[in-house]
Amino acid sequence: MSDFFQDSPLRIAGREFASRLLVGTGKYRDFDETAEAIAASGADIVTFAVRRTNLGQDAGEPNLLDAVPPERFTLLPNTAGCYTAKDAVRTCKLARELLDGHNLVKLEVLGDDATLYPNVVETLAAAETLIADGFDVMVYTSDDPIVARELERLGCCAIMPLGSLIGSGHGIQNPYNIRLIIEQAEVPVLVDAGIGTASEAALAMELGCDAVLMNSAIAHARQPVLMAGAMKKAVEAGREAFLAGRMPRRQSAEPSSPFAGRINA
Amino acid sequence: MQILLNGETRALESDATVAELVESLGLAGRRIAVEVNEEIVPKSEHGGTRLTEGDRVEVVHAIGGG
Repeated sequence: MSDFFQDSPLRIAGREFASRLLVGTGKYRDFDETAEAIAASGADIVTFAVRRTNLGQDAGEPNLLDAVPPERFTLLPNTAGCYTAKDAVRTCKLARELLDGHNLVKLEVLGDDATLYPNVVETLAAAETLIADGFDVMVYTSDDPIVARELERLGCCAIMPLGSLIGSGHGIQNPYNIRLIIEQAEVPVLVDAGIGTASEAALAMELGCDAVLMNSAIAHARQPVLMAGAMKKAVEAGREAFLAGRMPRRQSAEPSSPFAGRINA
Repeated sequence: MQILLNGETRALESDATVAELVESLGLAGRRIAVEVNEEIVPKSEHGGTRLTEGDRVEVVHAIGGG
């Protein structure tokens, strides 16, 4: 942010965060690259997955939580790979145990392998169960404003519609729906999934999103650490542009230099 | 006795505790979470929780994901 402007922090479930860019930890070459990219992104909230421990592995094998220590970052466990509400709830409970009681989770319940599109029926059921169990639920969902409203009514602390399919890099395919979701929501709205490059992250923020969550756009860039820095700037630029308010669009040209005083007048 | 550990059958001494299982896997002190028959077993209860024949045990950890 500029020296002369201090934005209010991002507020999610009573917690405050300086950065409006949330990043994933998947698809990096190794944990060193993961840590470098996260540092360059400036992210405060970092998401990860929960999986069966490889038994019989070398006990000295590096652990993601060493590269991204819970003391320094707000770790956001996700339920990626879950196709039922039941599996998502189990995963969140395991994550809460893993993080010593930390209750902020990213809920995603997927519909099928080909699209990784959210199954909103299972998502709604899981959200209800998790919230009743004391979780703060940031929820990945479709860009359907009615589903978004229902998830907020159930008590989700952030609504995270997809911009386009997970890992597709197709950007924000329906900015009008994202706008509808933002306009009605009283909790933070984040575009989660689909961002491919910096301009798309800026667009999400210009639409009025409170933050953006991404993984592949950084991890699959030719130079992930460089892209992480680009995304940090894009999210900040988009946020400032949103707050500043864009100029009105006009049908005709309007000169920036005055007519008066031209030498041929 | 036999238990189902992360989806695979594993022989274990009768009356073994969760803590003993975790120790035998070389995972003592690591950042893991344990579930037995779909119920979380908190770290503080690993020592006092005995496993029984046919228990379904999951041991999980954090990995990269988005």
